[in-house]
Amino acid sequence: MIDVKLVDYLAGLSRLELREGEKQAMTAGLEQIVAYMDVLNKLDTAGVEPMSHVFPVKNVLREDEAAPSQDRGELLAGSPAGDTEAFLVPQAVE
Amino acid sequence: MELRELTALELGAAIKRGEVSVKEAARAALDAIAARDGALNAFITVTGERALERADKLQPGARDAQSPLYGVPMALKDNICTKGVRTTCASKILGEFAPPYSAAAADALEGAGAVSLGKLNMDEFAMGSTSETSFYGPVRNPWDLSRVPGGSSGGAAAAVAAGMGWYAVGSDTGGSIRQPAAHCGVTGMKPTYGAVSRYGLIAYASSLDQIGPLCRDAADCAAVLDALMGRDPRDATSLDGGYGRLLEGLTGDIRGMRVGLPAECFGEGLDGEVRAAVLRAAGVLKGRGAQVVELSFPVLEYAVPAYYIIAAAEASSNLSRFDGVKYGWRAERYDGLTDLYRKTRTQGFGAEVKRRILLGAFVLSAGYYDAYYKKALQVKAVIKGAFDEAFRQCDLLLAPVAPTTAPRLGGSLSDPLKMYLSDIYTVPVNLAGLPALSMPCGFDGKGLPIGGQLIGPHFGEGRLLNAAHAFQMDTDYHKRAPEGGNLV
Amino acid sequence: MTWETVIGLETHVELATRTKIFCSCTTEFGGEPNTRCCPVCTGMPGTLPVLNKRVLEFAVKAGLALNCEITRYSRFDRKNYFYPDLPKAYQISQLYLPIAREGTVSIRTQAGDKTIRIHELHMEEDAGKLVHDPWTGQTRCDYNRCGVPLIEIVTEPDFRTADEVIAYLEKLKETLQYLGVSDCKMQEGSLRCDVNLSVRPLGGGALGTRTETKNLNSFKAIARAIDYEARRQVELIGEGKRVVQETRRWDENKDATYAMRSKEDAQDYRYFPEPDIPPIELSQDYLDGLRGAQPELAEAKRERYRAHYGLPEYDCRMITSDKALAAFFEGLVALGAPPKQSANWIMGEVLGALSARGMEPKDMRLTPPTLARLIERVGAGTVNRNTAVKVFEAVFDADGDVDAYVREHGLEQVNDNSLVRDAAARALEANPQSAADYKGGKEKALGFLVGQVMRELKGRADPQAVNAALRELLG
Repeated sequence: MIDVKLVDYLAGLSRLELREGEKQAMTAGLEQIVAYMDVLNKLDTAGVEPMSHVFPVKNVLREDEAAPSQDRGELLAGSPAGDTEAFLVPQAVE
Repeated sequence: MELRELTALELGAAIKRGEVSVKEAARAALDAIAARDGALNAFITVTGERALERADKLQPGARDAQSPLYGVPMALKDNICTKGVRTTCASKILGEFAPPYSAAAADALEGAGAVSLGKLNMDEFAMGSTSETSFYGPVRNPWDLSRVPGGSSGGAAAAVAAGMGWYAVGSDTGGSIRQPAAHCGVTGMKPTYGAVSRYGLIAYASSLDQIGPLCRDAADCAAVLDALMGRDPRDATSLDGGYGRLLEGLTGDIRGMRVGLPAECFGEGLDGEVRAAVLRAAGVLKGRGAQVVELSFPVLEYAVPAYYIIAAAEASSNLSRFDGVKYGWRAERYDGLTDLYRKTRTQGFGAEVKRRILLGAFVLSAGYYDAYYKKALQVKAVIKGAFDEAFRQCDLLLAPVAPTTAPRLGGSLSDPLKMYLSDIYTVPVNLAGLPALSMPCGFDGKGLPIGGQLIGPHFGEGRLLNAAHAFQMDTDYHKRAPEGGNLV
Repeated sequence: MTWETVIGLETHVELATRTKIFCSCTTEFGGEPNTRCCPVCTGMPGTLPVLNKRVLEFAVKAGLALNCEITRYSRFDRKNYFYPDLPKAYQISQLYLPIAREGTVSIRTQAGDKTIRIHELHMEEDAGKLVHDPWTGQTRCDYNRCGVPLIEIVTEPDFRTADEVIAYLEKLKETLQYLGVSDCKMQEGSLRCDVNLSVRPLGGGALGTRTETKNLNSFKAIARAIDYEARRQVELIGEGKRVVQETRRWDENKDATYAMRSKEDAQDYRYFPEPDIPPIELSQDYLDGLRGAQPELAEAKRERYRAHYGLPEYDCRMITSDKALAAFFEGLVALGAPPKQSANWIMGEVLGALSARGMEPKDMRLTPPTLARLIERVGAGTVNRNTAVKVFEAVFDADGDVDAYVREHGLEQVNDNSLVRDAAARALEANPQSAADYKGGKEKALGFLVGQVMRELKGRADPQAVNAALRELLG
């Protein structure tokens, strides 16, 4: 099921590049892992509600009350490419 | 007084009594780091100067301190954000990232008078069971330097075992506190999901991650958890467990407590010496009045695949934000926006992280979601149900932490599936959001520590800690320390 | 062959909450780049979202007003894609269990009445703003808008004309404004609309391949884009080519749509339930409470104004075109002002004054008691209509005191008939030619004479009374 083409597609989605040799190894590794995961098919889960949250906790809400924002300098301090006002990327606007 | 031999609580008491200054304690820990960490590589960042300054600041309040851990030196796993202190997740991609905020857990411990020594090494983004995937090099096991300390909180376990701090705080997504605690001979606890705020814990798998302590014994764990637990308005999944003070509940009285042994956890694939040690632990508990019940946990084999599907899916999403734009490291050469993302992520992440990102993208991608991700969420429900059933028959479960003692360095990463399978006894707990702890319960023939795992129902921390405390009243495995490690 | 255009809309509406959907930063429009941000809305590692209570409330209110089925057990999901305006590289949205589904909106166009079906309404976070800097060749990322709460309202493909689309959007805007959940300002981007459009031979059959057109910043742009895109698709098919399913962008200057560079993974967002936000379960009490607190909407008001106050359709529409205006009208009527006169004042003087000042009705300082008093005095004949307009202008900006102003400026209507008669006599004396003209049959001359009397009485007389006095004196 997992082949190089699919791994290429997943890498594209994930914004990763794999060198040719790496790609083969990754494909084989994922193939093995995914094949193993098929053990789940032995378990009949018909009618079982998928459990996204393990606790019956719900409706955790906050009041609509403003708090001061973070200092801009602090937010931008760790940016690998930014100035004093904004984060910078290569042209992204069409 | 040999400070190294004290527990965190004993050191805290000595500081309060004025027998030891906060600075002496911090110096002792920093000396141990200087002496031993060259070989162990448990720390990514040591904040010695900060620690000494902090010690000076804390000293005047020592006598009137409310917290039993006041002035006690400790360290945090490097996926827990610390304001102004580099937080790397052991990854190249975070570079020199110094968060402009601290994790709720870091704040809580600071409030309890902790003196932080620095940030602890780990598997990159907490993905691994050996602490070998760190960009900053592998951590070594203080009991045997040719072996791994377990992972992903390997630095935390190694630091506590080697006396480089009195306790550590790590995170556990599929066993990342319990398994290294077992391999390094310390006591580590993963609390109920939601018991400790995850705010500021750099997420690996959000629905499974939980912060917890690694300590010398169960009582220290109780004290650290008393400081850490509680509802945090910044984490919508955090809960008020209504625990009261766990430390006060440690009576050692476990008469009548029903300890369940799930048959499936003692079957094929489990090392004989580990099996024997854990069964002996059951005997010790029985000796203190507990009742041992044999039961079945038939869905065990489904836990690892379900876990890796869910964890990888969430990780692929959680790690997408590391793109070289807002913080951390950016590739030096790239051609345009998409290439900036690709080059930064390709060069910034290690192989295991990439594998899980791709696996996660796969199980969520169009056409595969139902067969894998949705199926895994159904299996999660089944596993939760199996635990509910088990806890109708017993009060807590006793199981191994890992199938073997600490493996040799370099032996695991080449076969990722085998490494994943070694998580079999720890991952079901995370899927069900339960509390569990790992306590030293013996040594194998090579002198390596063995861990026994106690698993409780939701909010069962007090029960688990009391059982471990009772065990530690009758045993001394937790008191043994490695002698400088066996050099190879 | 005759072609039919089939249109569905996806409308994003920014909610008028004080703070963002998942953090406590302000939602205020504008502000220096990246000054309305915190670690949560800039996607810093380890930070977590906590849902704003009012976002949920507003979304449910909107769902109820659009006659939707409210989802009692709802959840958030992550939509994953890389783009620099999305700092987490996923948008927290709702795919599997949107907060509301299956609603209806009734619209009226020249072609008649029609019901548009709402497919769903869901909550999500807005993305940031990217500004290209041609000097450096770099794009600047401003995250102020990141995390501003949105509802996305998706219709079924029920529209056939641009007219219907505009009627729907106007109705939607009116409804959401009345609810107070959004200000729906297209120019500030608080109401944004994507048009999904396909064509097929008239008479039904399977839907054609659709395109999605974005960047529509006004009703006018929407109408033109619909016309353009329908024509383009029909021409393509006429040439034997195929319509490609793609996202297109409206270019206001060129009056045309063009294909956007396709996002590589636009089709595979890898949605999954957001683990950081617990599910939402709404109780019957909660829903009943919100249902009970729903304000009367424009359509109901129009119906009521027609039925109870006998206002013409035009007046009803004008007054309900804005919630604050309707409230003002109801304030006047509640104070006893005659409905039709109140409506006239609002449509004339009030709207005129607002437009002269470039103001919104909600920002007006004039209160109903002030205008009601003025209307009352006109009715009682103690201020005449023309003078009242001057008084209105004088009190409008600061909600001044009508009686005090009239008194201080001596503007009370002269109701003393002898004074009017004296003034009329003086006017005839001073303008004998006009008097003669009138007697000679020139009705117009009377108007001039009335003007002269009014001038002498500084406009305070009742023109009817002046008219009568002159006629009497002229025999």
